[in-house]
Amino acid sequence: MATPEFGPDTKNAALIEMRREAMRLLASADARALAQRVAALGDLPAHDNVRRPESGLVMVRGRIGGDGAPFNLGEASVSRAAVRLASGELGFGYALGRDTEKARLIALCDALIQSEAYRDAVADRVLSPVRAEREAQEKLSRERTAATRVEFFTLVRGED
Amino acid sequence: MYVAVKGGEQAIENAHLLLASERRGDPAIPELSLAQISEQLTLAVDRVMTEGSIYDRELAALAIRQARGDLIEAIFLLRAFRATLPRFGASEPVDTGAMAIRRRISATFKDLPGGQILGPTFDYTHRLIEPDAADAAPQVPAVVDAVEEPMPRVTDLLAADNLIERSPARDFDAPVGDLTREPLSFPAERDVRLQNLARGDEGFLLALGYSTQRGFGRTHPFAGEIRLGEVEVEFVAEDAGFAVPLGRITVTECQMINQFAGSATEPPRFTRGYGLTFGHCERKAMAMALVDRSLRARELGEDVKAPAQDEEFVLSHSDNVQATGFVEHLKLPHYVDFQAELGLVRKLRSDFERGASPDALAEAAE
Repeated sequence: MATPEFGPDTKNAALIEMRREAMRLLASADARALAQRVAALGDLPAHDNVRRPESGLVMVRGRIGGDGAPFNLGEASVSRAAVRLASGELGFGYALGRDTEKARLIALCDALIQSEAYRDAVADRVLSPVRAEREAQEKLSRERTAATRVEFFTLVRGED
Repeated sequence: MYVAVKGGEQAIENAHLLLASERRGDPAIPELSLAQISEQLTLAVDRVMTEGSIYDRELAALAIRQARGDLIEAIFLLRAFRATLPRFGASEPVDTGAMAIRRRISATFKDLPGGQILGPTFDYTHRLIEPDAADAAPQVPAVVDAVEEPMPRVTDLLAADNLIERSPARDFDAPVGDLTREPLSFPAERDVRLQNLARGDEGFLLALGYSTQRGFGRTHPFAGEIRLGEVEVEFVAEDAGFAVPLGRITVTECQMINQFAGSATEPPRFTRGYGLTFGHCERKAMAMALVDRSLRARELGEDVKAPAQDEEFVLSHSDNVQATGFVEHLKLPHYVDFQAELGLVRKLRSDFERGASPDALAEAAE
């Protein structure tokens, strides 16, 4: 949505879109399952925290009328972290809630995605199962919701 | 005015111990888990998040348990917790048009693109208390194949025919008013009013909304649309250099459609009131939309005669944490004040017994 302009560098833009998609999936993922999947990746490159994982607040904004000028709806708790691989890739992790370890794992995945040596492993063994789970959940929710779709009939009054 | 008192430490400590024990109740009964509160008292959690003004289900559940189910006390706990956390910034505005919808109804159009979807609702239940069925099998919701279909907002449909006013346009240079940073001042802009109403007490807004329906500042409302579902939240992180997704939150949105405004140069059009809450707070979203519309009286050139149209009255009294603070401070020691009043009433009585005139008594009481 608000991705800044990076000029004609389409490769960079594609990478950012890939990272955003991974962040979108991981931010709503179950923290414990995520930790297990990252651990199952096996040996990871050396890395350290550039930003100590921390919790804070982000003011969530809505729009007047749903599509107008923004207003402040209320805050949400958010955790964030930043991780740098020994090879230099810098990853960022953000997620709703106060689970700082989850933010650190997302940052680690974001850094690994930027490393050609690990990108496919993260995509196949972390992102794919998370995406499959999320899609299954969303499908079930849509189907349950669809079962409550209602057709109202208007009764004509005072005729005949 | 109350004054500081000393002493009582032991009694206060003992009172808090007693409170903790009463909160826990009979130790033979298992303690409520946070997951149980979050999963089964969902709407209490939603209300505490909305009025406590922090989206965090686990934190709200913790506050509800600590407050023994007193939701205003739980809201107070959330507001106090807020002060312990740094603010990273503000999100991009959430897009309710792109909501993953779980409920969506309109009282204005029977047939609308995307359809009417009841979702998980108390509507059409008989409001009969069901006998305790603790060992009954869990209810499995029905499923049908879902058809992917766009669900435009009802207000967008009316806007296409220019029959309803447009939402105020975004001005990228104008800062968004924030009550957590600057105190309320009057006249208040609509962004600040909506923030105040979003945090405001559901019961207070419900009563005010009701008062407009009963004729105290009538606005002829229709529930154009109510929608419930999940929206993505994104935050432009300066370190990352792009908008990072933070995850999804549940919100309830209400679009009220109200009677016309027009002028010599503008054709008559429907006007709008808007409500938005965290979680599933449908009554609150509807009341908020009613009060948002009635507070636009000044802007729309209507006479300000009723309480719900008076922004100073509404916005100054909507916050239940402030309200409870001021009402409940009355129980703190006011001994010195009261001694002064006691002295005065004794003097008045002795004047009265000596036959002073009523006027002189009234003057002495001032």
